[in-house]
Amino acid sequence: MRRTANEAALSPERAIYLRREKRQRRCITLCRWGFLLAFLALWEGAARLGWIDSFIFSQPSRILQTYVTMAGEDLLYHLQVTLTETLAGFLLGAAAGVVLAIVLWWSPFVSKVSEPYLVVLNSLPKIALGPVIIILAGAGTRAIVFMALAISLVVTVLEMLSGFRDTDAGAIRMARTFGATKGQVFRKVVLPYNIPTLFDSLKVNIGLSLVGVIAGEFLVSRAGLGYLIVYGGQVFRMDLVMASVIILAVLAALLYESVVLVQKLVGRRFGHA
Amino acid sequence: MAILSVEGVRQAYQTPTGETVALGNVTFSMEKGDFFSVVGPSGCGKSTLLSIIAGTLTPTGGQVRINGQRVEGPSPHIGYMLQQDNLLEWRTVRQNVLLGLELRHTLTPEMRDRADGLLETYGLAAFANSRPSQLSGGMRQRAALIRTLAVNPDILLLDEAFSALDYQTRLEVTEDVYRIIRRERVTALMVTHDIPESICMGDKVLILSARPAVVQEQLPITFAIEDRSPLRCRSCPEFAGYFNHIWKELGMHETHGE
Repeated sequence: MRRTANEAALSPERAIYLRREKRQRRCITLCRWGFLLAFLALWEGAARLGWIDSFIFSQPSRILQTYVTMAGEDLLYHLQVTLTETLAGFLLGAAAGVVLAIVLWWSPFVSKVSEPYLVVLNSLPKIALGPVIIILAGAGTRAIVFMALAISLVVTVLEMLSGFRDTDAGAIRMARTFGATKGQVFRKVVLPYNIPTLFDSLKVNIGLSLVGVIAGEFLVSRAGLGYLIVYGGQVFRMDLVMASVIILAVLAALLYESVVLVQKLVGRRFGHA
Repeated sequence: MAILSVEGVRQAYQTPTGETVALGNVTFSMEKGDFFSVVGPSGCGKSTLLSIIAGTLTPTGGQVRINGQRVEGPSPHIGYMLQQDNLLEWRTVRQNVLLGLELRHTLTPEMRDRADGLLETYGLAAFANSRPSQLSGGMRQRAALIRTLAVNPDILLLDEAFSALDYQTRLEVTEDVYRIIRRERVTALMVTHDIPESICMGDKVLILSARPAVVQEQLPITFAIEDRSPLRCRSCPEFAGYFNHIWKELGMHETHGE
């Protein structure tokens, strides 16, 4: 058994080690915040002193100002549009991706037939399909969700399929010795074995869906953070562009962390790490 | 009537580059309560033979009968134990032990109680709600055996069941498993590449020839001791004689160091 921190008698070496670890952690946190603050201060200072043109580079105080004037209706509305579209694309992409991966795992024939198509689709930049998607789905939310779906789908299929195929052969063989059918092998062994794969794939997908949504909003240009960014760029309001990008960054981080959180909850249930 | 009879079983594998005949013509039979070991040169199709008996592989020739009935598909009379314990980490030890019953749709309250009884008898009750990773190597193998016995098989097949364990654990587990199998009065057929193991576990050692395999010899093993156990057999005077005989039969002195 390893010694734990709450054990009554700590050896002097252990105490030193723990203290050093703690200092190291504190130092890292401090540097992270310090870097951010220094960057903001430099930016603000440079703009005020006229080293950079704040019309092009914007400046933190003006971005803050933008938030204040936009707060209330506009910002929340656009944020909500982007969030809804991202979640829709993400969930659809994950669900459809897993279902397709199951089909491909189930039938080696279908899998072999579709292999070259998947490879091509995987390497194709899905954004190139943008105009086609807009014509098919109409210039609106549907096209944007479709874009997010298109970007995350193929990756999910390929990742889940490779996870399914890499399932411990011994565990499958064991289930077969009890006469397990293919469906039973899948439900009792392959699927639970790949819960970690699923979450790895979801972590990638949440980011990809956001990419798809922003790209879609660029093209459709009706609402959402992507629209704000394009609009701000066109009318040369860099404050608006920067403000939207920052919100987007925070949104991306929060979405990723939510997936990590769900993974932890599910992981406890299934006993995975 | 024999509980298991293997009659002229032949198995050939087809690949795009050619045909491999693994089993030439394998014939033998077992009575209820027998414990047979199977040894043979590596790659002679020992595992193939077990798969055929279990009904997970259809032989290209011959047939297998269990209680006189021809095996056509995975047989519910068979319990199969593999080299790896293959305990599923997302299930508790108890849920792992019940897996076979779940898969066979025979998870009745009586069978569940029986499985709990086995966990109790063989010292795993305290770990029933633990994860497999919390068990030692020997305990994991014991849990795997209980999972196999929980479906109440008539015949137990062991496929190199101990070769993944380190030597000391292996001796321990061999003792354990031997005791459990004898106590539960299961008919057992064990494939191994370990000659001492085949001698100290089996009532009879089937020596298979090189590919295409046939049963070269059926060697009855008897020890003049009471209360036989694998470890005690190892120190019996008869042991060395059996060992040398099998060694010679396998022709290992010629192919050794190949």
